[in-house]
Amino acid sequence: MKATVVVRPKPGILDPQGQAVSSSLRHLGFDVGETRVGKVVDVELATDDPTEARTQLEAMCSRLLANPLIESYAIELQSE
Amino acid sequence: MSSREDRPLIAVVVFPGSNDDRDAQGALAQLGADARRVWHDEPSLPEGTGAVVLPGGFSYGDYLRCGAIARFSPILQAVAAFADAGRPVLGICNGFQILTEAGLLPGVLRPNASLAFVCRDVAVRVEQSETPLLARCRPGQELTLPVKHGEGCWFADDELLAELDAAGQIALRYAPGSNPNGSVADVAGVVNAEGNVLGLMPHPEHAVDALLGSVDGALIMGSLVDAARLSAAAPV
Repeated sequence: MKATVVVRPKPGILDPQGQAVSSSLRHLGFDVGETRVGKVVDVELATDDPTEARTQLEAMCSRLLANPLIESYAIELQSE
Repeated sequence: MSSREDRPLIAVVVFPGSNDDRDAQGALAQLGADARRVWHDEPSLPEGTGAVVLPGGFSYGDYLRCGAIARFSPILQAVAAFADAGRPVLGICNGFQILTEAGLLPGVLRPNASLAFVCRDVAVRVEQSETPLLARCRPGQELTLPVKHGEGCWFADDELLAELDAAGQIALRYAPGSNPNGSVADVAGVVNAEGNVLGLMPHPEHAVDALLGSVDGALIMGSLVDAARLSAAAPV
């Protein structure tokens, strides 16, 4: 099955990339407040069992995909 | 003839994308070490290794987060065991990033606050010289060292920072007004609780020859050579 992991800078963590994006958006005339830039990781898993998939994805996030000091993550399973 | 004890063996780990390994090797050789470059895919460190350097560069293209992929290189297990045994390990720039991702040093390195790559000499203050890796320095001493990085903004939350500060683990700080990257509390380098693992963003290996400017880096690289000599002579 397929899943999507979204990794975000934690609230309160300085996000210079997000700041650069919001300032560029304002230059373009968009009325925006803060923007934050994270990452999207699409993962294809061998398993079709949602519980097993979630367990594996949690492990992937804590071991590699996110750094818990500065990032939070959200896991989304795609139903067929 | 120089024996092993005279010229201690220092392993400089080379990852795909390392680019300061030869400078580190040259600086250490100039300071009296037998420095050898070791490919990251090796399962173990050379017999008789007295110290390890993780050099600067852009291992694995800095994909995902800088240092995040290199920490899974086979040699890192051997380096972690070496560090756990109390032996000296120095991480410079990308090496520092790898050590934090591997959990061998506290905190994490993030993109510079300015989002710009910085490449210049900075003033760095020695906060403590109890760690053997800064033994040739004096506390309070100011060193001139080059930095060159895009992701050198060290971060720890308030709680961790207070803990590290109290434990004397903040080993190096940028001098007031010299912080090149937005690093929390001007931190330029940290040691582990035992004091045998040091990571720093500035490049001491580029500052060992008067021909190229400052020679202050020789104090740090020389301290590593001293520590390697002691470590190589000690029983495993």
